[in-house]
Amino acid sequence: MNPILFIVFLPLLAAAIAGLGNKALGNVAAKSVTTGALFVSCALSWPIFLSFVGGTAEASVTPVLHWVSSGALNFDWELRVDTMTAVMLVVITSVSALVHLYSWGYMAEDPDQPRFFAYLSLFTFAMLMLVTANNLVQMFFGWEGVGLASYLLIGFWFQRPSACAAAIKAFVVNRVGDLGFMLGIFGTYLVFGTVSIPEILHAAPSMAGSTIGFLGHRFDTMTILCILLFIGACGKSAQLGLHTWLPDAMEGPTPVSALIHAATMVTAGVFMVCRLSPMFVTSPVAMDVVTVVGAATCFFAATVGTTQWDIKRVIAYSTCSQLGYMFFAAGVGAFGASMFHLFTHAFFKALLFLGAGSVIHAMHHEQDMRYYGALRKEIPLTFWAMMAGTLAITGVGIAEIGGFAGFYSKDAIIEAAYARGTDVGHFASFIGIFAALLTSFYSWRLVFLTFFGKPRWAASEHIQHAVHGDHHDHPADEHSGEATEAAHGAHGHDDHAHGHGHAAEGTAGYHPHESPIAMLIPLGVLTLGAVFAGAVFHGPFVGVEQGLEFWKGALVFDEHLMHASHSVPVWIKWAPFTVMLTGLLVAWYAYLKNPKLPAAFVAQFGILHQFLFNKWYFDELYDFLFVRPAFWIGRQFWKIGDIGIIDRFGPNGAAWVVAKGTVGAKRLQSGYLTSYALIMLLGLVGAVSWVIAG
Amino acid sequence: MSNFPILSAMLAVPMAASLVCLLADAQRARLIALGATLVDFALGLLLWQGYQIGGSQWQFVEKAPLFAGFQWALGIDGIALVLIELSVFLMPLCILASWDAIEKRVSEYMAAFLLMETLMIGVFTAQDLFLFYIMFEAGLIPMYLIIGIWGGVDRIYASYKFFLYTLLGSVLMLIAMLWMVNFAGTTDIPTLMHTDFPVAAQRWLWLAFFASFAVKMPMWPVHTWLPDAHVQAPTAGSVILAGVLLKMGGYGFIRFSLPMFPEASAQFAPLVFALSMVAVVYTSLVALVQHDMKKLIAYSSVAHMAIVTVGLFAFNRQGLEGAMVVMLSHGLVSGALFLCVGVIYDRLHTREIDRYGGLSINMPKYALLFMLFTMASVGLPGTSGFVGEFLSMLGIYQLSSWVALVSGTGIILGAAYMLYLYRRVAFGAQKHADAAAMPDLSTREIVILAPIAAAVLWMGVYPESFIAPFRADIAALDARLAQAKPRGDAALTPGTPNRAAPAGEAHAALGGAATIKQKVALASEVAAAGRAR
Repeated sequence: MNPILFIVFLPLLAAAIAGLGNKALGNVAAKSVTTGALFVSCALSWPIFLSFVGGTAEASVTPVLHWVSSGALNFDWELRVDTMTAVMLVVITSVSALVHLYSWGYMAEDPDQPRFFAYLSLFTFAMLMLVTANNLVQMFFGWEGVGLASYLLIGFWFQRPSACAAAIKAFVVNRVGDLGFMLGIFGTYLVFGTVSIPEILHAAPSMAGSTIGFLGHRFDTMTILCILLFIGACGKSAQLGLHTWLPDAMEGPTPVSALIHAATMVTAGVFMVCRLSPMFVTSPVAMDVVTVVGAATCFFAATVGTTQWDIKRVIAYSTCSQLGYMFFAAGVGAFGASMFHLFTHAFFKALLFLGAGSVIHAMHHEQDMRYYGALRKEIPLTFWAMMAGTLAITGVGIAEIGGFAGFYSKDAIIEAAYARGTDVGHFASFIGIFAALLTSFYSWRLVFLTFFGKPRWAASEHIQHAVHGDHHDHPADEHSGEATEAAHGAHGHDDHAHGHGHAAEGTAGYHPHESPIAMLIPLGVLTLGAVFAGAVFHGPFVGVEQGLEFWKGALVFDEHLMHASHSVPVWIKWAPFTVMLTGLLVAWYAYLKNPKLPAAFVAQFGILHQFLFNKWYFDELYDFLFVRPAFWIGRQFWKIGDIGIIDRFGPNGAAWVVAKGTVGAKRLQSGYLTSYALIMLLGLVGAVSWVIAG
Repeated sequence: MSNFPILSAMLAVPMAASLVCLLADAQRARLIALGATLVDFALGLLLWQGYQIGGSQWQFVEKAPLFAGFQWALGIDGIALVLIELSVFLMPLCILASWDAIEKRVSEYMAAFLLMETLMIGVFTAQDLFLFYIMFEAGLIPMYLIIGIWGGVDRIYASYKFFLYTLLGSVLMLIAMLWMVNFAGTTDIPTLMHTDFPVAAQRWLWLAFFASFAVKMPMWPVHTWLPDAHVQAPTAGSVILAGVLLKMGGYGFIRFSLPMFPEASAQFAPLVFALSMVAVVYTSLVALVQHDMKKLIAYSSVAHMAIVTVGLFAFNRQGLEGAMVVMLSHGLVSGALFLCVGVIYDRLHTREIDRYGGLSINMPKYALLFMLFTMASVGLPGTSGFVGEFLSMLGIYQLSSWVALVSGTGIILGAAYMLYLYRRVAFGAQKHADAAAMPDLSTREIVILAPIAAAVLWMGVYPESFIAPFRADIAALDARLAQAKPRGDAALTPGTPNRAAPAGEAHAALGGAATIKQKVALASEVAAAGRAR
């Protein structure tokens, strides 16, 4: 049996067992089955990846089952394994296995564990189907499958109104992107007569320069197809405009944020663009669109990330911003660098999220960084893991010598964008450098607020809960919603009241505790990834000759661009390092050295801060433009359209006429039936006479 | 097997059982009805097994002259076959769903249901125009009774509305049929399907049939009978109404309008698209603001049926096959959703969405199945809902990107109203003590819902089982329509691939474009190699 079948279908099987068995099966059995399945998948995935790194493996396609054929349209369930897939396989199965393990600790007190683990495994299955797809429709299956799992997991604590709202928002906003994806598939079929990815990619260059009608206008064929598909990518990867669901998705349990909303699912859009890179390169316009949207998201999300107080939201905006890097890397043609950043980001961002989860666990479910502080000594292992993640995401490293994972991938992206030499490429590289400054600032801000300074725990309602006796009340706190909700609401609103200063200092007698071993092992493993993944794998991913050999055409690897990016001006090479240090120093000065500074800044630039703190008012805008009108128009259609017009002048009007005109209208019910039968009978008599006469 | 009149038997079994039911007491009537519908289901399976894919177009043909040129002519093609399977599959489940819910006049209720089964199967098997007409129109009578006698508070208004709408259409259709028989000199449907009617006459005939089928479908703006009928009908009545009766409109288009009047169909396609596009957006938005569960699902049915009409008039195989699959899928999924509503209605006797909440806590099995059907309704890949919608919209995209875009908004709005419904019913806190005390699914309810769940997944993962029987018939219809096929709006004009160079100059300046091209060639070689392996 082909190992890929086990890799993909074991998680599905485990999900079915844990989900259907649920309470009858019990917590330990459900958790063991799912976690075991994922570790097996992971163990089977690494050899595949390493054989691609070693250059001994070839791309293959494993058929599973026929799916649909209709006329010339034909697609099957099949599993494709090539370099792209192999990269994704290790990312998905490794992070997923570690998150499963981590959840043993994190979710230990939850009453609904089998359901949680079943969802996690189901997600993993869908994600694996996505990356092994050999046709666009199976990719869409995975695409929607991960959407479903994401919806279920965001809404896992379904008694919280905010979690339900976030879950629906995630699904519906993604559907907007999915409509683009679907139209892209339809258009691709129309143009190429197939939905098979290799066949499309083979034929794509021949379609360059052709034109097609779309919505009554004529467009360059490849441009319109790529942009439609890219809209889908924007939805799943939370790019500017369709990003609003991602920060809200933090309502889900933290392991979910690490797996789905950082390491894997949100990178599906990047994967899609890289997978279809031979299509995208045929349209310079589409490539520029990808670059600009990616750069804009990178900038936007980083600015918002600097002002948020919720530790998970900071990391969520950071994810959004990093996805922007991946997209503009793809947009300038550096697909290898894009995939490389996807790869390293998966490790360090999962690490940051799981680290944040460990902090939240230690702080009795408090997520507001204003109530943290001085945790370095209390939870040292978590602290060091978070440090590794922060060093990786801020791209600490010295050119020509070495550094943490993010150093290799982010610098590769900025250099490639500059080396592209176009205006858009330069623009993207400058944005990338500026965003690196912001990344460094918000990442260190997070570390300083959380682990350094003085403890500010006393003002936290969660901590007060914990201290005042209901220590045993962990799950209730997460679930019963009301208290949590009220507390969260308060945090949201009293930002202004508190004047952005720091909450009251003091520990309130609370003692944070380091997380259990099940949570620390994943942190340790991911720390290794965050430290070494860049140094070990940058050769195959972005090396000039090695890259060509490694990718084997699974994506468009432009070795000239990669070569050119080595000879960019020195200041471009050193810029990321410089801004990283600057961000670090500013954060250190503002949050440790002179903690009054942020409040003073906010007082000075209140409008700017409000604009950033409220996420550029996207949610308010969409609510005003789409959500309210949809309900309002729906009510008008119903009350005025259906009842006021159609019914009034249709059946009710007819009834009025009938009632006026008929004497025997009293016996309504039976009257209709007889008249109905009578008309039928008359009709038949007419028919008979016609036939006989004819 | 070959000589056994299986179609007549399938008509006779429920008919006879219906008469026996009238004489039996309540409990016996239930058992008889269940037995008869199960026998019919078994016959249906035999039919499916005996149906030869790739055999002659019309199979199991029975012909017996009656009087004055009328004949008892039955026979099925693949299109009819799958719709019959849908009907006989849903019937036993409906009887089971009515087991305890119907308390008064049980014998008559069961008799009405069995009579309706006969008439439904009759519609799909009739090969004689007038036989079809009788079955088609008479099928309304038992449904009318079911709503009018066993319905809710406003049942009289609802049944009257139901009747008035359908009456209008059927009169016009009958007149058109008379004209057609006079012109063609035959009442044989297969012959009529190959008759070329004059184009000028086709328009009037098409409109007359359209009046009937559009109401049945139902299409906007003649849809307002459906929400009322559903709200008032008992659960099983809603299941059959949504599951099978609505499909008669689609069946009518595919059996009559399209093959008999291809030119008129092409001419009126813009009308169909316009109404369908309005329906998708309009009824989806209306569904969003409903407080009554059944009304919400009824409005969603109108939106889904609009995808059927869009696919039917796409004039290509994907559109037609997609429309067929949407019909089958919608029959299962909306039926299941109405059953899900029935489950909690039986416990709390209200359809008001706000009276529920947090059912995932006390009814986890129910929540799981309800989630599955919600997702199938939303068109999640892997469920039956996706295959049909995908094919239909892919089909229509080849004709018009505008129609595809507007009807595609249904996938966004559909997700919004279904998830909003699910959130209010199954998620959230347990607001009401009575709703929180409801017990989870009983064995009987699981027996009803589980087969539908299995079918929904089967159709989503391996739809070939369901598409294969009617593939040849759709191909024949597609060939018949080819003469009238409208041109698509895409009009792909090839360019010279090298012409991309001016636009790509900036890249070329860095030596990018050329290398990328080479890489593309390389990539596709490798890809081709990968496929070959």
